Amino acid sequence: MVSGRRIDLKGHAETVRHRMSSGEFGSFPVVLGLLLIWVIFQSLNSNFLSPRNLSNLSVDIVGTGLIAVGIVFVLLVGEIDLSVGSVSGFGAVMFAVLNVQNGMAEWLAVIVAVLCGTAIGLVHGFFYARVGVPAFVVTLAGLLGWSGLMLYLLGTSGTVNLDDEGLVATLTRHYFGSVAVAYGVAALGTAVYFLASYRDRRHRRATGMPRRSLSEIALRTCVVGVIVFAAAYVLNQFRGLPLALLIFLVVVAGLDLLLRRTPYGRRVYAVGGGAEAARRAGVNIVRVRISVFAVSASMAVVGGLFLASRITSASQTSGTGLLLLNAIAAAVIGGVSLFGGHGTTWSAFLGILVIQSIGSGMALLGIQAAVQFMITGGVLLAAVVVDSLVRQAQKAHGRA
Amino acid sequence: MAVPPLLALRGVTKHFGAVQALADVDLTIRAGEVVALMGDNGAGKSTLVKVIAGVSLADRGVIEWQGEPVHVRRPRDATHLGIATVYQDLALCDNLDVVGNLFLGREIRRIGVLDEVEMERRTRDLLSTLAIRIPNVRVPVAALSGGQRQTVAIARSLLGDPKVVLLDEPTASLGVQQTAQVLDLVERMRDHGLGILLISHNMGDVKAVADLAAVLRLGRNNGFFNVNTTSHEQIIASITGATGDAVTRRGSPPGEAEW
Ligand SMILES: Nc1ncnc2c1ncn2[C@@H]1O[C@H](COP(=O)(O)OP(=O)(O)O)[C@@H](O)[C@H]1O
Ligand SMILES: [Mg+2]
Repeated sequence: MVSGRRIDLKGHAETVRHRMSSGEFGSFPVVLGLLLIWVIFQSLNSNFLSPRNLSNLSVDIVGTGLIAVGIVFVLLVGEIDLSVGSVSGFGAVMFAVLNVQNGMAEWLAVIVAVLCGTAIGLVHGFFYARVGVPAFVVTLAGLLGWSGLMLYLLGTSGTVNLDDEGLVATLTRHYFGSVAVAYGVAALGTAVYFLASYRDRRHRRATGMPRRSLSEIALRTCVVGVIVFAAAYVLNQFRGLPLALLIFLVVVAGLDLLLRRTPYGRRVYAVGGGAEAARRAGVNIVRVRISVFAVSASMAVVGGLFLASRITSASQTSGTGLLLLNAIAAAVIGGVSLFGGHGTTWSAFLGILVIQSIGSGMALLGIQAAVQFMITGGVLLAAVVVDSLVRQAQKAHGRA
Repeated sequence: MAVPPLLALRGVTKHFGAVQALADVDLTIRAGEVVALMGDNGAGKSTLVKVIAGVSLADRGVIEWQGEPVHVRRPRDATHLGIATVYQDLALCDNLDVVGNLFLGREIRRIGVLDEVEMERRTRDLLSTLAIRIPNVRVPVAALSGGQRQTVAIARSLLGDPKVVLLDEPTASLGVQQTAQVLDLVERMRDHGLGILLISHNMGDVKAVADLAAVLRLGRNNGFFNVNTTSHEQIIASITGATGDAVTRRGSPPGEAEW
């Protein structure tokens, strides 16, 4: 006979060990890495942690970050989307052509561009999930095809400049100058976190189930509060809370809710963790698979609009270069498994913060891009190695 | 006065092209009874399970549910009647925890959002009713032992309150101790009044928990045995076809026997 207490301890240890590897605490390594990167760059150049640099950083992460958030959905079902760079460029050009060249209202052009992204994703998903073409081939074809369509749309005009005062330009240009906004958002975030934890605890107590202690909830709330208020303080030292960052955080939190708190999200994880099991449980796996590509391509367009906003133009180079690689790397560095089923949208947030911090730090130090590529590549490799080792250990344990 | 059996098959026949997978198969499952379905590889056991579960259709034959003829054309039909199936390869998602796996495809929601607390409460209730011990229901099932995973798969099949459970080789890949865990669970399910069809190759398992053994050979019934009064050798002879005639012996009512 094993005593109940020992079972509980063992169970608790297992929960912690598995949370470490499965998302909730999966962020520990990347958070540590991020702190390390910040300390190193700050010691090399005291401007790195200046409010100005951090504020710029917080806007620079948004475009690629939003694309990475979409990629998380595809990675969660164990697939990959190589088309997001092209699709983001296509979306930005689509918007610019509709709005600037054809005079369509900005809000309408934004909606049309995003819906085009959704349609593109549905096409990718259809060929992958229904026809059975491997996703990387479908989206590789998309990578070529959609950038071709983008060039076709641009025609002879190599670059379309956006309205400087327009809606899209405002996305990355607007800052909430009043300090009350940043602090208000920080207070709201902390309060929501506390109330959600507290309500869960009350609900569990009412039904006599194990629950977090009040002191644990208080401690966690304090940690969250310290982080968000510190961020608000720093942002207020420069120009206040950037609109782009606020939107990014709302999207990340909202999609996290969708993935981890709704039946749809549960099914996305299920398809990634065992497609056959999900199918037998009555999950429509074809629909789930198509939907994640739709999310990915839609988010690619949204991200593309933020990238265009940053330079107030869309051009032949929109969506090209390192964008695709950075978006995928961000998700993976943040702890999303390439094997499916593990990771959250917050992984994309942390991952893009790491990548952009390296980029920003290197730029401050005047180090050439070549070194930056090598370092980012090394970080990515380290993240994938950790992921592989964790999965192997898990498999070995599961079979034991 | 006879209570009609929960499930009765009469004359079930199924061809795959020229292969006769099932020929005139009869089978009866009663409440509170464990029927072992035995037979060599290719005897038609899995095919029979699929017919009952609505995964594949019989060419001929009658399925009676509590005395009434019924049509089982789709898995959903079987589920609605109260027939649950646990397939040989466990249908679990490794990355989801026990609660997530149990409720996959039938999540409880409140205002569109998962009601994790309620799902966890019901999971705990179900596991404790069946005396299944899982250290922590919030651990991904990848972390559980083979036996624990099998008990989770079986528990999952019980969520819909079935009356009959079909288990396709539940102990095939398990060690001794884990097999015992699963067989204990089968006994408790029987004590809760479920009718159970247990496919097994293992005479030890069958002797331990089954009341009746139904043997299939080359797609045909090759004998029904009261496990408590029949020797190993007789049953094995029937499986391998060593005896000339099928020995059909219905013994004393199940459940009353002691061993
Ligand atoms: N889908 C199928 N198509 C063709 N033949 C099949 C199919 N399923 C089973 N069979 C045949 O039916 C017979 C019974 O198979 P099965 O029910 O799997 O046996 P068991 O589970 O007892 O080992 C075998 O000869 C097998 O080859
Ligand atoms: Mg079989």
